[in-house]
Amino acid sequence: DDSEWRLWFPVLLDRKVELYEMGWSLKDGLRDCHVAAAPYGGPIDFRKPCIRCPLTTFSPIWGPQWKSGVVKQLGWTVGDDLLCVQEDGTVLVYDLFGSFKRHFSMGNELVQSHVLEAKVFHSPYGTGIALLSGTFRFILATNIEDLKLRRLPEVPGLQGAPSCWAVLSQDRQSKVLLAAGPDLYMLDTTACTPVIPPGLTPQASSIVHMAVSFSYKYLAFFTDSGHVWMGSANLKDKLGEVETKMKTPPKQMAWCRRPKGQQPSVVVMWEKNLLVAGQCQETIQYPFVDSVLVPEMDGVRIISGSHHELLQEVPAACEEIFKIASMAPGALLLEANREYEKESQKADEYLREIKEQDLLGEAVKQCVEAAGYEHEPETQKMLLRAASFGKCFLSNFRPELFVHMCRDLRVLNAVRDYTVGIPLTLPQYPFMRRYVDPQKRVCKLLVHRKLYPLAFEICRYLKTPEYQGVSRVLKHWACCKVQQKEEADEVIARAISVKLGETAGISYSDIAAKAYECGRTELAIKLLEFEPRSGEQVPLLLKMKRSQLALSKAIESGDTDLVYTVVTYLKNEMNRGDFFMTLRNQPVALSLYRQFCKHQEPETLKDLFNQDDDHQELGNFYVRASYQEGKLETRVSLLQSAVDEYNKAKNEFAAKATEEEIRLLRFQRRVEEEKGERVLGCSLHDTLHCLLTLGLHKQAEQLYKDFRVPDKRYWWLKLTALAEKEDWEELEKFAKSKKSPIGYLPFVEVCVKHLNKYEAKKYVSKVTPEQKVKAHLAVGDLEGAAEAAIERRSEGEVSLVLSRCSATTDRTIVDRLNRARAAAAKK
Amino acid sequence: MAHSARRDAPELPDFSLLKRLARDQLIYLLEQLPGKKDLFIEADLMSPLDRIANVTMLKQHDVDKLYKVENTPIFSTCDQICFLIRPRIQTVKWIADTVNADKAAGKFRKYKIIFTPQKFYACETVLEEQGIYGDVSTDEWAFYLLPLDDDIISLELPEFFRDNFLEGDQRWVTTGGSALHLLHSLFGPFSKVYGIGRCAKMVYESWREQVEESEQKAQKSEIGNVFLIDRDVDFVTPLCSQVVYEGLVDDIFRIKCGCVEFGPDVTTADKSMKVMLNSQDKVFSEIRNEHFSNVFGFLSQKARNLQTAYDKRRGMDIKQMRTFVSEELKGLKQEHRLLSLHIGASESMMKKKTKQDFQELLKTEHSLLEGFDIRECITYIEEHINRQVSMIDSLRLLCLLSLTENGLLPKDYRSLKTQYLQSYGIEHLLTFANLRQLGLLVEQQPGDALTAMESKVGKLVNDKTAEKLTGAFSSLAKKSNFRALSKKLALVPKTGEEYDLRVPRDMAYVFSGAYIPLSCKLIEQVLERDGWTGLEEVTRMLNGNEFVVTASHSGADARFKTDSQRIILVMFLGGCSYSEISALRFLGREKGYKFIVLTTAIINSARLMEAMLDNHV
Repeated sequence: DDSEWRLWFPVLLDRKVELYEMGWSLKDGLRDCHVAAAPYGGPIDFRKPCIRCPLTTFSPIWGPQWKSGVVKQLGWTVGDDLLCVQEDGTVLVYDLFGSFKRHFSMGNELVQSHVLEAKVFHSPYGTGIALLSGTFRFILATNIEDLKLRRLPEVPGLQGAPSCWAVLSQDRQSKVLLAAGPDLYMLDTTACTPVIPPGLTPQASSIVHMAVSFSYKYLAFFTDSGHVWMGSANLKDKLGEVETKMKTPPKQMAWCRRPKGQQPSVVVMWEKNLLVAGQCQETIQYPFVDSVLVPEMDGVRIISGSHHELLQEVPAACEEIFKIASMAPGALLLEANREYEKESQKADEYLREIKEQDLLGEAVKQCVEAAGYEHEPETQKMLLRAASFGKCFLSNFRPELFVHMCRDLRVLNAVRDYTVGIPLTLPQYPFMRRYVDPQKRVCKLLVHRKLYPLAFEICRYLKTPEYQGVSRVLKHWACCKVQQKEEADEVIARAISVKLGETAGISYSDIAAKAYECGRTELAIKLLEFEPRSGEQVPLLLKMKRSQLALSKAIESGDTDLVYTVVTYLKNEMNRGDFFMTLRNQPVALSLYRQFCKHQEPETLKDLFNQDDDHQELGNFYVRASYQEGKLETRVSLLQSAVDEYNKAKNEFAAKATEEEIRLLRFQRRVEEEKGERVLGCSLHDTLHCLLTLGLHKQAEQLYKDFRVPDKRYWWLKLTALAEKEDWEELEKFAKSKKSPIGYLPFVEVCVKHLNKYEAKKYVSKVTPEQKVKAHLAVGDLEGAAEAAIERRSEGEVSLVLSRCSATTDRTIVDRLNRARAAAAKK
Repeated sequence: MAHSARRDAPELPDFSLLKRLARDQLIYLLEQLPGKKDLFIEADLMSPLDRIANVTMLKQHDVDKLYKVENTPIFSTCDQICFLIRPRIQTVKWIADTVNADKAAGKFRKYKIIFTPQKFYACETVLEEQGIYGDVSTDEWAFYLLPLDDDIISLELPEFFRDNFLEGDQRWVTTGGSALHLLHSLFGPFSKVYGIGRCAKMVYESWREQVEESEQKAQKSEIGNVFLIDRDVDFVTPLCSQVVYEGLVDDIFRIKCGCVEFGPDVTTADKSMKVMLNSQDKVFSEIRNEHFSNVFGFLSQKARNLQTAYDKRRGMDIKQMRTFVSEELKGLKQEHRLLSLHIGASESMMKKKTKQDFQELLKTEHSLLEGFDIRECITYIEEHINRQVSMIDSLRLLCLLSLTENGLLPKDYRSLKTQYLQSYGIEHLLTFANLRQLGLLVEQQPGDALTAMESKVGKLVNDKTAEKLTGAFSSLAKKSNFRALSKKLALVPKTGEEYDLRVPRDMAYVFSGAYIPLSCKLIEQVLERDGWTGLEEVTRMLNGNEFVVTASHSGADARFKTDSQRIILVMFLGGCSYSEISALRFLGREKGYKFIVLTTAIINSARLMEAMLDNHV
């Protein structure tokens, strides 16, 4: 529809696009209102003094009576929160629906000096606030989410408020540019530098208004002489200067330009007048009612009491196609398609014309691009149909451009719908937020507006991975749902579980946390039940003081660190008795805690066992403690405690063993005292061995009797001890003292081991018949061995002896054995 | 002598990647503390660290001096100290003492603790309680897996066994899951996971969770199947004396991280020598899986071959000689060196193991496994104890007796324990308590006593946490059921049959033909049946907890699929012995599988028993 365009001297084209007719009525228009509108087609907030009424474009939401202090400035954050900067430097933060979120202060000095003026600005670092105090100092916070207040240096000679000022974002820092009379100063955190705009008309004596472009690249000044100066923000280049013939300072001024735009221009607004100034000395004027300008990256939104419009430079593609009598390839293709739809052969002529110039690809591109800039779905469709038509005649045209444009437009049209009211343009769409996926951002915008179904559909349409798209939407929905106070816990929990189901990446614990935040503990617990990862439930359960449940869940999760966290928490929260009782029912937690206590708090370990009446473990505990103890008395008393515990545990065996140990220790001490031999702490066996090798036979005998040492052990001990001492006489006496319980083969072997074959032979005769062969072999008596083997008619033993014989030296024995074997075989 | 492998046996994945990953991460962590620093290393991390990084590499990254972490004051002059430790409370306490001592002396340094493979909250609590939380920075070195050989990967966590099975401390479960996850992400996806045991199940779940949380990327699967097995499913096997060469070397000389130190008696030189034992050693790789009785014959044959190869020199002309020297001589010399080492080792082992008492020990073990002449066995064990032959061996025999006989008669239980205490001291009361807790050495219970215990446990078990709750009690209620299992699975071949150890016919050869390792037999059966069907009675006797899970994804390439299907990762939770590895290698050759053993540590009977002692606490 060409009527909304103004042809503006040869090259400058501007257009005004009606975005919405406002769905609200304000009695007095926008007079006396604070208006704040967020960029990228964001929400608008109107605020009359003392009446709070934030509004979206379509459905206004009226807030309650404004009760707080004097509001100096309104603004939106990148996260769709509303900021109200009050006179005393307090900043109140509200969400989209006018609910209070939080507040912070821009400095205590402002309570005294007051805020004169404030500006909310956006930079890559987030949303910032700059303000001018009553003492004419500037205070700046670059990112309110990470609030760091900077007091900018004083401007020398500044006696009153500057005539105008603006915030710039340059060289990775935020600066303030201010005009005080004829002087211009640049303020950064360290210095105040006077600056001069190049080529400013000498007629101007002061700058009364200034505007920074959306990208912070351009600056515009309005001078008292009525000139508009345009130049780069670093004040190095001048773009142009226009005389407006208006002497009154404008109400608002804003840059209107597009990325890659040809014609940057400035929109200047007075009470009843709107003027667009371009580089080329010319201006256009629009009929106008009281409005507000909202600079966007690709134009300016104009918001009035009844309308919401977009003023922008006509994009090149649209101009090419829609310019009257345009012969651009896109225009021709559009025409061709029109004819084709009318089933006229003219279509072919147009098409041929494009193809002859080899510009069909260009034509398709133009149509697709132009469609992106159009707001009317009908026009978009017309252009896209033309593009699609043209595409058929191209063999190697990549489909992405077309497909992506269709997809993006569907999303944009959906959010531009007047019921949603986000007038997002295509260039804004990918630039929405630096480093953030535009699709995610759109979803977020919708979610903030509680437009869950649309967000859900868009995610599905864009095939966003579930955990990034649908899950997030559902989570927000659920978080919103839990705040519905009128519904019963049961109902809400069920509704949420039905809708969310098993959607990937849903964290029920986050939703539960929200419910708890809203004071609905019971609902929170119900919601946690749906959380499949038990570990996720623990932190919230702890917060809600459901520590027992938290412990069970931590154990269920299998994450011992989590269990341990809960245990530590419980230890500090509960009294000792309850704490131990809790652990008692949770063996996993108990063993973890025991492991910890073993090293850190052995005494606690004892208390734990005491609490459990675990006498067996207590006994073990004392035994363990005893052998880490050097002093005999302590050792004995510890062991005595162990005996008591073992008795309580009905472990007679351990009690008896421990008692014997006490007796042994006492005995050892006696030996040490009497004989000066160190035996303390040795085992019974080692003590006996020691006594025997020392020749303390009497003591050994006593120990043997007292402790009912098995005969076998005693005989072995005495045998080896005497052999070690090479006390062969005593050994022989010992052997004859009574019948050996271990037989006499050990005597033979031990003597041989100590290289005394002579002694060994003495015992061979006493060995039982079964062991005779072995005994003979041990002393190296092959003949004896052979004889014994033959006598015993044992095939195995005969072979054994044979294996020891050497074929050359033991000829006769070998023969004898072989004969015996043959004889045995015959039988 | 190496057995002819099936031609179609699949190739093993290349695990050296694991070493590179660990090394790169360590370098990264060291770089996080710029400038000169002294590095204090936990004693038992020294060997694993040695396998992946050398001193030069550490020096390149500004490590000045290397020390062992000990419970003693440190004498470092460096103002930056880095500790590389296991997440143990005891070690953290030592470090806290060091830091506090520095503080008291007014010394200010930068401290960094690198926990490997992960840190535990309990360790941080200790830092906090000792008041040095703010003074040290902590980090994690995700060094989960150390490839010891082409087919053996170890977590090098010997404490896994005691912590998990004895103390009921499940802190290592996630570590197991993470280790599996690492292998899965590098060499997976796994298509089938079998398992038996409570810990196996928990590790499986931990792994599953980690898989779900991480992103999946499509890749060619190199490992198709996984088998998880708890050590407490089969205690008998690791308690038997090892008679296969590699196992025997481990029993006698103790292999540490795939490396053994041979003393002067082996090297026939005046100093001992560290030797890497893996498939790179061509002599070793041919004898490692052989029954010891064959090794000597093989080595002498090998020596003769070597001689022949050397002899080729005779009658060569100059040119031939040059080629010989440049191409063959080096290899021959290397082989020569290795050969003489292994001959030395064999001789030394022969001396120890062919003695009468070793034969009698083996005979007793075999009788226990068969269930014959139990009285004689008990007498033998008694004598063993009474003569103080070996503290560890006596304990091992007691456990074998209890396991195979399903507990000891009350009379024997008391008398044997009393005798043991007389020999080795009262502190073994605690050892016995531990053994009883694990079910390794128990008294035969009249039937009703056991059910009472079970019902007591059962009362606590009534909700979702049931399985984990009973964890701590599991072993108490556990019967070994060895005899019945042995019958059911035919673990003990019929007596009287000749068993030619030169030509093994089944896995029993690793125990001189007397016993097929239960763990390996289970793996064989499950793979054969592709699940646990038909083994219900067996799993019931093993306390259940068996599972099999098939992944839903469909393999892309049929050939790769079949190849990776025949690569089976067996994860032993609580350690495995070299004999089991040998048995699995044998099984693999027979059936055309390739087994990869992933174990928390390499164990043998001595290490298993030592873990039960209480004096190290």
